[in-house]
Amino acid sequence: MTTRSEAMPGGASLPDPTAPLSPTGNLRRRVAISRLVDAAAMGAALIAVALLVGVAFTVLKRGISAISVDFLTSNQAEGGIANALLGTIEIVAIGALLAMPTGILTGIYLTEFAGPRSRSARALKLVLDLLQGLPTIIVGVVVFGLLVVPMQRETGFAGAVAYAIVMLPMIARASQEVLLLVPGSLREAADALGVDRWRSVLTVILPAAMGGIVTGAILAIARAAGETAPLLICNSIYNPTTVGLDPFQGVPSIPMYIFTTYDLPTETALTRAWGAALVLLTIILIANVGARVVLARSRAKMGI
Amino acid sequence: MYGLCAAAGLLTVLVLGEVIYQVAKGASPSISEFGLSFVFHTRWAPNFNMFGALAAIYGTIVSSFIAIAISAPLGIAIGLYMSLMAPPRVRTVVGPLVEMLAAIPSVIVGFWGVVVLAPFIAHHVEPFLHNVFGFIPLFGPPQTTGLSIFTAGVGLTVMVLPIVAALSRDLFLTVPQDLKDGAAALGATRWEIIRGVVLPTTVSGVAAATVLGLGRALGEAIAVTQMMGDGSGIHVNLFLPGNSLSSRIASEFPSPESKLHIPSLFYLALILLVIGLATSLLARMIASRFDVEKRLAR
Repeated sequence: MTTRSEAMPGGASLPDPTAPLSPTGNLRRRVAISRLVDAAAMGAALIAVALLVGVAFTVLKRGISAISVDFLTSNQAEGGIANALLGTIEIVAIGALLAMPTGILTGIYLTEFAGPRSRSARALKLVLDLLQGLPTIIVGVVVFGLLVVPMQRETGFAGAVAYAIVMLPMIARASQEVLLLVPGSLREAADALGVDRWRSVLTVILPAAMGGIVTGAILAIARAAGETAPLLICNSIYNPTTVGLDPFQGVPSIPMYIFTTYDLPTETALTRAWGAALVLLTIILIANVGARVVLARSRAKMGI
Repeated sequence: MYGLCAAAGLLTVLVLGEVIYQVAKGASPSISEFGLSFVFHTRWAPNFNMFGALAAIYGTIVSSFIAIAISAPLGIAIGLYMSLMAPPRVRTVVGPLVEMLAAIPSVIVGFWGVVVLAPFIAHHVEPFLHNVFGFIPLFGPPQTTGLSIFTAGVGLTVMVLPIVAALSRDLFLTVPQDLKDGAAALGATRWEIIRGVVLPTTVSGVAAATVLGLGRALGEAIAVTQMMGDGSGIHVNLFLPGNSLSSRIASEFPSPESKLHIPSLFYLALILLVIGLATSLLARMIASRFDVEKRLAR
């Protein structure tokens, strides 16, 4: 078989056109390197998936024995997590109530009212980036100075405000991105009909973007629900036997329950901490999967 | 409607302003007492009224760099796999799974780190590194608990990896198909396309993604508190317990021991805030300088 290196320089003999196209030594090495890199990249992806499965499996294996109806429905004093679960739901709900209107309206402002290259839009995007990069422990410290010091006590409300600050940039960014995906022709059609901008936002643009905005909000809420650092600073002092959930007192929560229980020396406490972790992780993963389903549906509807 | 939206935007800006103001205000007693020397002192002894941030700064930076040294190559490889190599069906499964890794609450990551990761590292990884690289002082004799700066760095990978992976995947997807086709038509193998076309066109974005991941690692409090083991002082040996800015705030804020304790913790928060804002700005600068801002806008 004539190889390329022999054929080319002298030009004496042309390569045989009927010879099978098999790689020469050099190409063989290049292909081998490429395959090697492929395998390494796949290995990296496997590591990431294995990490997720590993953590989830550990939580499941160690937590499942703690789960029972009693565990979910009785108070911390009776060895359950019912009040912590309700407390987390309460804090997250108040936080979401504060963050969602602000975040979504900020997103609308960025796409519908401020010009994309305007100074205000660019400044606002910078602020959102900075807020998003803020360590959550700092958010906790800030709310401590803002609410806990003046009110003289740690409250669930302070925790909720901290959660809201964590959620706000994520919701605003997600809303902005989804609104950018709404076809410009919809806006132009509304403009051509002489509809006011605020009216076209409410009746045309928002309905089209709703699915995506909801997804972004759910993802942000799910992310905040597991945050422990702000609660540790703003809402760590509470009566573990408390049943009432007055947001202006300390409110128990699942992340704080895990954080205060995980290094207790007894086996039952450890099992309970794993059980609480299992409950929290399940809720968060279900919210994540649910949000993705909503997103896929709304994308299909918008034809993107 | 316009007014309402503008007010919401303004409120968002005010939140950031309030963050900076509150941290600076809380820290001011400590700033006026210690001044800048606070940053360069190692000793932290609240009951003797001695406060120095250097050990915590050291712990923060070292653990974050361990995390980024592991997650940057892994994350970029995962990004390449999900954008260029994996078959579409695998992509739709692996992508969300990697993103879900970021959704695991840090308290659960830390819990897992203490119970599963730390013993494994203490009994297998650290002795191995000590035996092989023991001549480097970084890899000194390991502790039995496994709670160390090294363990915290490895544990942080769980949180940093999905950020780097998702961002770099999005970046690699923006490389124009024409460029890749051109390289393929010249006979380049997949690795040559990646090295010659994909990575050079996205290098700034990849750098920005890495810096954003670093920012996440620098600020993480709870998981680090759990895994780092609350040591004091600065040790070259990575296998000893340490402390980071955020873990010190998290572990000591609820139980102050002296009058200047809380202001000093606010001072630590201020240092962390400056580092955090600087990394965010750095990531933006790297990204926008090469006009890949839009690709990073997620």
